[in-house]
Amino acid sequence: MRRSVVIVASLISLLSVVGMVASARTVYHIRPNDTLHDALFVSSPQAVKKLSLGYSGLLADVYWTRVVQYFGGKHQAGAEEYKALAPLLDITVTLDPHLIAAYEFGSIFLAQPPPDGAGNVEAAVNLIKRGIQANPQYWRLYYSLGYLEYYERHDFKAAAQAFDEGAGKPGAHEWMKTMAALMHAKAGDTSTARYLWSRIYEETDDKNVKQNAFMRLACLRVDEQVPQLENLISRYHQQTDRWPTSWHELISAGLLQRPPVDPAGETYLLKPQGRVELANPRLFRFAHYGLTKPA
Amino acid sequence: MSGRIPAIAFSTFREAVRDRVLYNLIFFASLLVASAPIFGQISVGVERIFLINLGLTAISLFGIVIAIFIGIGLVSKEIDKKTLYTVLSRPVRRWEFITGKYLGLAGTLVVNALLMTLGFYAALLFLTHHLGRAEANILIAVYFIILQFLIITAITLLFSSFSTPIESAIYALAMFIVGSFAEDLRGFAAMAHGPQAWLARIASYVVPNLSILNVITRVSHDEIIPASLIGLNTLYALFYVAIVVSGAVVIFEFRNLK
Repeated sequence: MRRSVVIVASLISLLSVVGMVASARTVYHIRPNDTLHDALFVSSPQAVKKLSLGYSGLLADVYWTRVVQYFGGKHQAGAEEYKALAPLLDITVTLDPHLIAAYEFGSIFLAQPPPDGAGNVEAAVNLIKRGIQANPQYWRLYYSLGYLEYYERHDFKAAAQAFDEGAGKPGAHEWMKTMAALMHAKAGDTSTARYLWSRIYEETDDKNVKQNAFMRLACLRVDEQVPQLENLISRYHQQTDRWPTSWHELISAGLLQRPPVDPAGETYLLKPQGRVELANPRLFRFAHYGLTKPA
Repeated sequence: MSGRIPAIAFSTFREAVRDRVLYNLIFFASLLVASAPIFGQISVGVERIFLINLGLTAISLFGIVIAIFIGIGLVSKEIDKKTLYTVLSRPVRRWEFITGKYLGLAGTLVVNALLMTLGFYAALLFLTHHLGRAEANILIAVYFIILQFLIITAITLLFSSFSTPIESAIYALAMFIVGSFAEDLRGFAAMAHGPQAWLARIASYVVPNLSILNVITRVSHDEIIPASLIGLNTLYALFYVAIVVSGAVVIFEFRNLK
């Protein structure tokens, strides 16, 4: 008797597990992803702080993790909108105004143009300024502000001021002064951008930031290489009065030593009318040159 | 007198450490602390901060739950099992019984907190590979958490001296929640006028100010806690406990145990 009860109960359990997983999977498929993903159950940062019963530090970490997961999920899905990003960051830094990571990384998430970020530069600058107000001695926040002013807003004067101010804070790197000087002297140069990204690449311990800096440096390299190659092709055109159809023609003419390769190791494509394009432009989404022209 | 209070305290401690609830709660707290490095990894740039916040919050909240759930049965259990009459038939005064009970549970919580702190430091060492001055600063937050336990234990004992275990648990939990809003009560008192302001001010002193004893977020950012705050918080907690335990003693003195 007891044995048959066990067998029947086990069978029911097994069938129920299959049914439960199947129904849950169906729900995941039919559920409109964004509605839940973008939902803020409590939208007021002050209310969340009160609800934390004094354990606001832990709740800030939880909200920050939610920011990272939200951003990561949306980014992976190639989203064009990040509706909940700014409110989530607002709650995070209200709960813990000293959570530096939320200002540093959050401003990058907010500033980068879609699909790499929310493309909300104003919100990013405001977030960093809020961070500086709460942590006036932390030099890296001035550095982040300088970066945003320089790279995203192209306000070189404001960038110089941010780098200058940050250079005077405890523990600030020497190159903050160099950055301030570069902003005054040659802010528009590619060399300045390369200097900035090289510092980020060397400085950061975070692998995502390092990867991003590496990619930015690679894009800068593309932006240098493509115009140089197009200049060589123009010279060839002037000499022969025709456009080359392969890199070997330029090599034979002594203008190149070997077929040129992009930072990913792929040979650049030679297009009609002497245009140079990247073999895989998706790898260099921050590049301005070498991108496929619309037909 | 001198030997009777420690004897009751020791027997309370021994009884508390035999309670299965205690081990379940310690297990879950330890599990939470141990999982902190994993939580930190799904975030960015906050691994150490996350571990400190999660570890200390777990020690604090689970300790408070232990204080309430064991504290509510301190007196009622003795009455239900009729052991109280045996104790009081000996030359033991009622106030000695209450004081001994309080010290026994407080001792249990201090030992628990220290054990959980050891586990927390093991997790911290695993994550950071070294323990330095900044990590020593975290002990101040642990000390303040222990002061919170002393207050909550006293409050639970006060309620358990005249009400049922369920009622005591509800009242103690309510005091903990209201105590977390003590700063808001003070803020309300500053904004209000007339009798309302007075009532709010009195209420802000009656409820335990647990927010001044919570420096978890501050130590997670390696903020130095001033010695004056340590001293004043110690005095505050000791005075508060003295008032509440005295209240429990008075209530228990007049309680009809027949």
